[in-house]
Amino acid sequence: MPTLHGERKEQKNNKEKLSASEQGADFFIDNIYFACIVINGFLLFDSLGGNSMQDEKTPITWDTFWGEVVERNWVLALTIGMCPTLAVSTSVANCISMGLAATFCLVCSSVLISILRKQIPNDVRITAFIVIIGTFVTIVDYSIQGISLSLYEALGAFISLIVVNCILLGHAEAYAFKNSVLATVVNAFGAGVGFTLALLLIGVPREILGSGAILGHAVVWNNFQTWLVMISPVGGFLMLVLWIVLINWMRMRKNKPAPKNDGGCCHE
Amino acid sequence: MTEDAAMSNFLSIFISSILVNNPLVVLFLGLCSFIGVTKKISEAWSMSVAVVIVTLISQQITFALNYALVYFDVEYLRLLIFIAVIASAVQVIDIVMKKFMPAMHRSFGVYLALITTNCLVLYVALVQIAKGYSYLDCTAFSLGTGFGYLLMMVIMAGIRERLETSNLPEVVKGTAMVVLIASFLSLMMQGFSGIGG
Repeated sequence: MPTLHGERKEQKNNKEKLSASEQGADFFIDNIYFACIVINGFLLFDSLGGNSMQDEKTPITWDTFWGEVVERNWVLALTIGMCPTLAVSTSVANCISMGLAATFCLVCSSVLISILRKQIPNDVRITAFIVIIGTFVTIVDYSIQGISLSLYEALGAFISLIVVNCILLGHAEAYAFKNSVLATVVNAFGAGVGFTLALLLIGVPREILGSGAILGHAVVWNNFQTWLVMISPVGGFLMLVLWIVLINWMRMRKNKPAPKNDGGCCHE
Repeated sequence: MTEDAAMSNFLSIFISSILVNNPLVVLFLGLCSFIGVTKKISEAWSMSVAVVIVTLISQQITFALNYALVYFDVEYLRLLIFIAVIASAVQVIDIVMKKFMPAMHRSFGVYLALITTNCLVLYVALVQIAKGYSYLDCTAFSLGTGFGYLLMMVIMAGIRERLETSNLPEVVKGTAMVVLIASFLSLMMQGFSGIGG
């Protein structure tokens, strides 16, 4: 009669026979299960709430996601977090990787902040936000260094500088610290998509005009004279101006007021 | 390296970080404050003096701290430790200034607290190590970057004060105009490329 202990030992022996890749997959699946349990636990903890008095219920609507992408786009509508936007948008590949990296950091840090929002004391919240964000940025920094060294060099210090990106800190302060985990995930993902969209809106015209290509594939006619000014810093400012003016113009035609920047950590 | 060579290296790094690699319009560092606090020259001046001081002090601390990080083999903590050092340096400067220079502290106001999230300070701390500069060169780099920031902030504030009285179309009022002026300033700074090596 095999005991539980014996069964485990058998399983262990079987595992040793598996190939390395299978073992890796097994390990991965185990960890995913573990992560799911932890996340479910947190969600349960969150829904029960330490003190449900101050837990305002925000309904998760389509606007929670889409509003962040279009209406309250952090870069183009609120003009926050422009430093990385302008610096890395010289090519589309850089834009996509920067967008992915920032979205990852934004979603992960916002979720963690939202989970811990009742534990973090109000006085030291900014320090806590920076440490949480910094942890995820370090993970992304080392991952990109491992994936592609040329990409790491192209993005330069701006991967590390995600930690002082106003979008992340502003989102933590304005949304994640006040709302439930699920709403925060949706909202943070929307903000990340909005940031990537803004990067592409600036990056695609810059790469087409500046080097006559998208992702390295030529898209212009043969004797096209490339506009060197577009891949220089000047081009970034010019593209940003064009988009801001366009958005202002559309807003004026609809007679809509500009969205209020309530989480802004860096504007007046 | 002789003293003369060290001095010329100091000067070339200092001048090239002010003019060629200007932090605001060429490297895009700290654009939030470029738009947020350039409404008046006095505001821009206070903010940039505070940035120069904080950049220099945090650069000196992080330069020394990096040796400790390398010694204990915990370089992966660099980003977290540097940002913590900058945040606490800003706090300490705030407290010291409140005690010993109350008039100056009042003129800085809220800008001192905003510096923690200014990309420029962290950029100087991280890049000095990535470039492997000597101590003197690092100091030149941080001073030059700080003064480059000051130069652009004051120029932009001066232009914006003049624009207050001019008749602008409604669409370009506010941020759009600032970014447009920034693009011209950036074009101007491109003329300096090549100076200082």
